[in-house]
Amino acid sequence: MNGSLLIRGGRVLDPGRGLDTIADVLIEDGRIAKVGAALAAAQVIDAEGLVVCPGFVDIHCHLRDPGFEHKETIETGTRAAARGGFTTVCCMPNTEPPIDSQATVEYVLRTAAAVGLVRVLPIGCVSRGRHGETLAELADLAEAGVAGFSDDGNPVADGTLMRRALEYSQALGLPVIDHCEEPSLAKEGVMHEGWVATRLGLRGQPAAAEEAAVARDIALAEFTGSHVHIAHVSTRGSVELVRAAKGRSIDVTAEVTPHHLTLTHEAVAFSPASPAGRPAGEGGLTYDTNAKVNPPLRTREDVEACVEGLLDGTIDAIATDHAPHALEDKLCEFDQAAFGISNFETALGALLTLVPEGRLDLATLIAKLTAGPVRALGLDRRPGLDGLGSLAPGAPADVVVFDPQREWVVEPERFASKGRNTPLAGRTLRGQVVATVYDGRIVYALETARIATT
Amino acid sequence: MSNDTRSDAGRGASTAVEEGRTVRLPPTLPSFWHRRHVLDLDDFSAEEIGLVMETADAMKEVLGRQIARVPTLRGTTIVTLFYEASTRTRTSFELAARVLGADVISIAAGASSVQKGESLVDTVLTLQAVGADMLIMRHRYSGAPYLAARHSRFKVVNAGDGWHAHPTQALLDLYTMRSHLGDLRGRKVVIVGDITHSRVARSNMWGLTAVGARVVICGPPTLMPVGLNGADRRERDELALPPVEIDLNLDRAIEGADVVMALRLQLERQQAGLIPSIREYTRLYQVNAERLARAQPGALVLHPGPVNEGIEISPEVAHGAHSLIEEQVTNGVAVRMAVLYLLAQGQQ
Repeated sequence: MNGSLLIRGGRVLDPGRGLDTIADVLIEDGRIAKVGAALAAAQVIDAEGLVVCPGFVDIHCHLRDPGFEHKETIETGTRAAARGGFTTVCCMPNTEPPIDSQATVEYVLRTAAAVGLVRVLPIGCVSRGRHGETLAELADLAEAGVAGFSDDGNPVADGTLMRRALEYSQALGLPVIDHCEEPSLAKEGVMHEGWVATRLGLRGQPAAAEEAAVARDIALAEFTGSHVHIAHVSTRGSVELVRAAKGRSIDVTAEVTPHHLTLTHEAVAFSPASPAGRPAGEGGLTYDTNAKVNPPLRTREDVEACVEGLLDGTIDAIATDHAPHALEDKLCEFDQAAFGISNFETALGALLTLVPEGRLDLATLIAKLTAGPVRALGLDRRPGLDGLGSLAPGAPADVVVFDPQREWVVEPERFASKGRNTPLAGRTLRGQVVATVYDGRIVYALETARIATT
Repeated sequence: MSNDTRSDAGRGASTAVEEGRTVRLPPTLPSFWHRRHVLDLDDFSAEEIGLVMETADAMKEVLGRQIARVPTLRGTTIVTLFYEASTRTRTSFELAARVLGADVISIAAGASSVQKGESLVDTVLTLQAVGADMLIMRHRYSGAPYLAARHSRFKVVNAGDGWHAHPTQALLDLYTMRSHLGDLRGRKVVIVGDITHSRVARSNMWGLTAVGARVVICGPPTLMPVGLNGADRRERDELALPPVEIDLNLDRAIEGADVVMALRLQLERQQAGLIPSIREYTRLYQVNAERLARAQPGALVLHPGPVNEGIEISPEVAHGAHSLIEEQVTNGVAVRMAVLYLLAQGQQ
């Protein structure tokens, strides 16, 4: 039984297979061996009172490496991912150089494997150099191991380039992932165009800028018969467009971020302690650059529509869009600040606020962090990843154990990520990862984790 | 400054000695004043605005003297940090500070290390280290003075930030209106022009509604910010935006107005496609004699300047009997003296 690991007595939740039961999970040789009762192994994690589920799969994050190592490296980013319960992450190609060549794909894969904390599946560029002009060598990138194509950070603004990318990627069996933003409408807006932007005197980008791009991508997916994946859906209109497209059996999938499920544009202006619309004392408008993100935080109605989209299957996955930045990228005028939120380490706690509020059930939430994203991008079709996102026997031994009741305070200075940019600093969240198992190894354990070796 | 010669400024006034003469100012500030910054009027009460007005009355009296100088802020160092060009606001603040006896350090961002890429926070901390006490700041980006206030010990006065706020302009506008109309409760004030990009309009909306005026906003639909009409009001607190009315038709909006405030139309708005032409803007939104005839007899005309004569306002109105445009500039000094005085005397 050497090398075996048992996670004993937890509430085993494997929504992809409809499993929700108190059981032991046995891991052998880097694979799930069995879910059952009274099992034994060399190493045991006591999970009594805890939730045990497949390791989370994040299909949208930024690791910044190569090129922006002052913001994050593959090592710090994957360490943060492990702390957040993620065992597979897809990193976006807006690095320097961008991931538009086999050499860069290989660099990311090699570095991540050497660190060995979580599985990293790079996303390759749609266009050469992310310039939005000509296609990158998509087949080369596919051979090197990318899990999809995206110019994320930027939209694929040119409709014909998007069409060609969809046509070409179809033959490779990979999706095109689009950051939906019509630039002629977004007009370099720095937040959602709504009453908060009016209050703050900031340039807004209208919901229609996202929705116009979503509508175009759906039309192109239908026209080409290819798979388009809509990144970080944030508006009610986008959810409705995707819902209607799925109703017509168009090959479209979609994701939503934790922040678009839990925060509104009010987070830019007002601290959480103050009632909506009132500044917290003198000079209380916060202009919180840590709440500056693209797509921007939207209205309460949009947030509700995103939650509904998860519940009815319109939205397939929750993806963090983890976007770490250095202090100086955010300690500046709001207009000048970088877009993005460091999300790996707060995602679970933030998402779990939806459960006691009765807006989302735990099984759906976990499904959208596991089986949902795997299916959306077809990750389990990749060699060796059969069963990814589930606890099926033979699946990769990726498991997260979390305590849904444990309260903790968000202290960005204690993040593993170099990015301390979170609008949740100082907030108390309930629900924390106790242990993360990747490839049969414990890659992260909270100091209170009960681990025994026999 | 012929309009206002009241000499009893500052109720319960005591004296501060100045070259053998007295300046009438409150001995201690009322208990409701504990303001450290003036960043916008969005959190000002009618009481606080009233105190600024009364203090400005006293300052105006000082300005009317032959030697307009009092030692009230002697030993205080005030920095004006302007990241955007300005003639009247900067001059007005610097004159106000000097009349009160403060030392003034004047920094145009172009002439400093800002051009070498120094961050705003670093610049502000450097000025603090030099020993300055108060920061008067103008910036092209909304919210920049809030950043300075949060990351330094300065008392900060916002001299205009992006499209967001210009509180001392709104205070001087209130002062000017009040000196002609007295109590502004129930008075109809029409603000016409490019509301979206106007910090003057935003601060005036807060200030005017705080003192009970009825505010009507008017301009082309493309220069009207979203949310003011309360369409998404269910999401928010009633006071999240000032309670104003919107009327896109100036001929209708101006009816019965006690005050008409025209805003400067930046000519680049036309290049940006926000209005079809200057000609059409002028036809629909210029404050001219014919339109003014629909307002109250003797209605006041204000403009924050600089004026594009013949565009947002006709020359005969800009220079007419109703125009208070020059008086606004004069009052600006007294109002800014009041603001600096109140901040200096307030919370240390």
